[in-house]
Amino acid sequence: MPEVLLSARNLTKRFGGLAAVHDVSLDLWRGAIHAVIGPNGAGKSTLTNLLSGDLPPTTGSIHLREAEVTGRSPERISRAGLGRSYQKTNIFLPFTVWENVRLAAQSRAQHPLRWLRRATSFKATNEQAERAIELAGLAERRNAVAGTISHGEQRQLEIAMTLATAPQVLLLDEPLAGMGTSEAERMVELLQRLKQAHAIMLVEHDMDAVFALAEQLTVMVNGQVIASGTPEQVRGDAGVQAAYLGEEEL
Amino acid sequence: MSAAQSHLEVLPRSLQVLLALGFIALAAFPFVGSDFYASMVARMMILAIFAMSLDLLQGVTGLVSLGHAAFFGVGGYMLSMVSSDSAAVSLWWTLPVALLASGLFALVIGFFVVRTRGIYFIMVTMAFAQMLFYLVFDNKDLEVLGTSLRLGGSDGMYINFKPDAGLFDLEDRKVFYFFTLACLVLVYAFLRRLLWSPFGRVLAGIRVNEHRMRALGYGTFGYKLAAFTLAGALAGLAGYLWGAQTGFVNPELMGFHMSAHAIMMVILGGMGNFAGAIIGAFAFEYLLHLFKDLPDIGDFRVGKHWQLWMGLFIVLVVAFAPRGLLGAVERILRRKPGAGDA
Repeated sequence: MPEVLLSARNLTKRFGGLAAVHDVSLDLWRGAIHAVIGPNGAGKSTLTNLLSGDLPPTTGSIHLREAEVTGRSPERISRAGLGRSYQKTNIFLPFTVWENVRLAAQSRAQHPLRWLRRATSFKATNEQAERAIELAGLAERRNAVAGTISHGEQRQLEIAMTLATAPQVLLLDEPLAGMGTSEAERMVELLQRLKQAHAIMLVEHDMDAVFALAEQLTVMVNGQVIASGTPEQVRGDAGVQAAYLGEEEL
Repeated sequence: MSAAQSHLEVLPRSLQVLLALGFIALAAFPFVGSDFYASMVARMMILAIFAMSLDLLQGVTGLVSLGHAAFFGVGGYMLSMVSSDSAAVSLWWTLPVALLASGLFALVIGFFVVRTRGIYFIMVTMAFAQMLFYLVFDNKDLEVLGTSLRLGGSDGMYINFKPDAGLFDLEDRKVFYFFTLACLVLVYAFLRRLLWSPFGRVLAGIRVNEHRMRALGYGTFGYKLAAFTLAGALAGLAGYLWGAQTGFVNPELMGFHMSAHAIMMVILGGMGNFAGAIIGAFAFEYLLHLFKDLPDIGDFRVGKHWQLWMGLFIVLVVAFAPRGLLGAVERILRRKPGAGDA
């Protein structure tokens, strides 16, 4: 029986009269990637923001590792074991790659009594940051300033920062967006590896990647789930084919 | 350009040498300069402590406070309120009390203001400072919980004796000068260390991208409140020294101008590294005297309009040396040795 790490029930988010997300439920299991696809404006990013606490849901509930986290602040949800990356690269541009990841790892460190020590002298934090950088394949770029590395590397950095917080659940909002072919291949490999220990929600437009990676697939249109199941089940769904007609080849 | 560079968080060797020379000059000054200039320099050092405390918010954390003088004033007023008209009070309990009081004010005010950002933060910090300003300005005495607090109203209050330190005599101008210099060096060393501590790195992260810090699990509210409280307490230290040096406190210490001057000092010197704040405070005070003493041209009272010249000067610095005077000096020092191989 796979372990459910995150469970969302009947999430709705209204902005005025518009329901950006309407009655969406989904589960994330450890060892599985749950892909969320849909045309632009379908509410995928809003859904991600609801799960990460960036936005409070209008109605519905979210449980993270059995604890209810509905309406909690992003920092508390993060500390409860959820890590996310952003669709639009969201890093500390003026800092080095290393400092970006170290700062992420520091968020999980416990050293209240040694707060005047140099931040870079904490062994456990450094090792955690080092592992995340290695895993994301950025070891050679660690001393580069984040604002000067390539777009693809910045996407890798996003992932490295998220991993440095040692999350159980990963929400990845279009990690492949704007990546070149080889960079994208590397990222797919990385996700394949991360899948073992994490529960992952993947919002992605790249259908090759989605079908290569996902165990579960949820299709959203206009804030609603129109189909959910294994990739094979969804591929055969008539409603999905109608929604995607002329959009993308499933 | 990275923030580490644009903020000169890492001070290059050349600047470190320059700062060490500056320290030696400050230590030697009372032996070569007159008493008048020595107390003027002591005043600059006090303002430098005040500017550094603001830099922790403005340059490091990215919180531009237009009400920082409130805590400077609280420090000074604490000394005047606990002072007696007939004898000196001990430094060893009045200074901690002043620090605690200004820190406590900052904690309470910070609890409300650090929830806001940008322009709103500027406005609410100013509003709180104005409230304290008028509380003191309008009340000669204030009844609080059955006891009457002497505030002095718009006239201010005199502090007849410098605090009694026991081991050394602060009434001696030279001793007071060196005590102030010691405070300056201690505060600078403490803040520089703090800058590179885990806490300091979090504050820098908040300045650069607070949203991301929260997504990484940092409770940024607590960090900002801690920074605000610490900055308030250090401003209180400066205010206490100011009150002790001048023997007088008045509501102007908490006033809008005082807060605005502190911001200008930090910008003038260069933000985010504390050394710039010191340079800025010295430069600001020096220029202020320079501009005030400008000779009249015909009927035009040039010196009276010192604010105009100061404003122009700061505009020029911001336009041509966005990293402040410290950044400009760094650029000159960097260019010299490399001039041949460019």
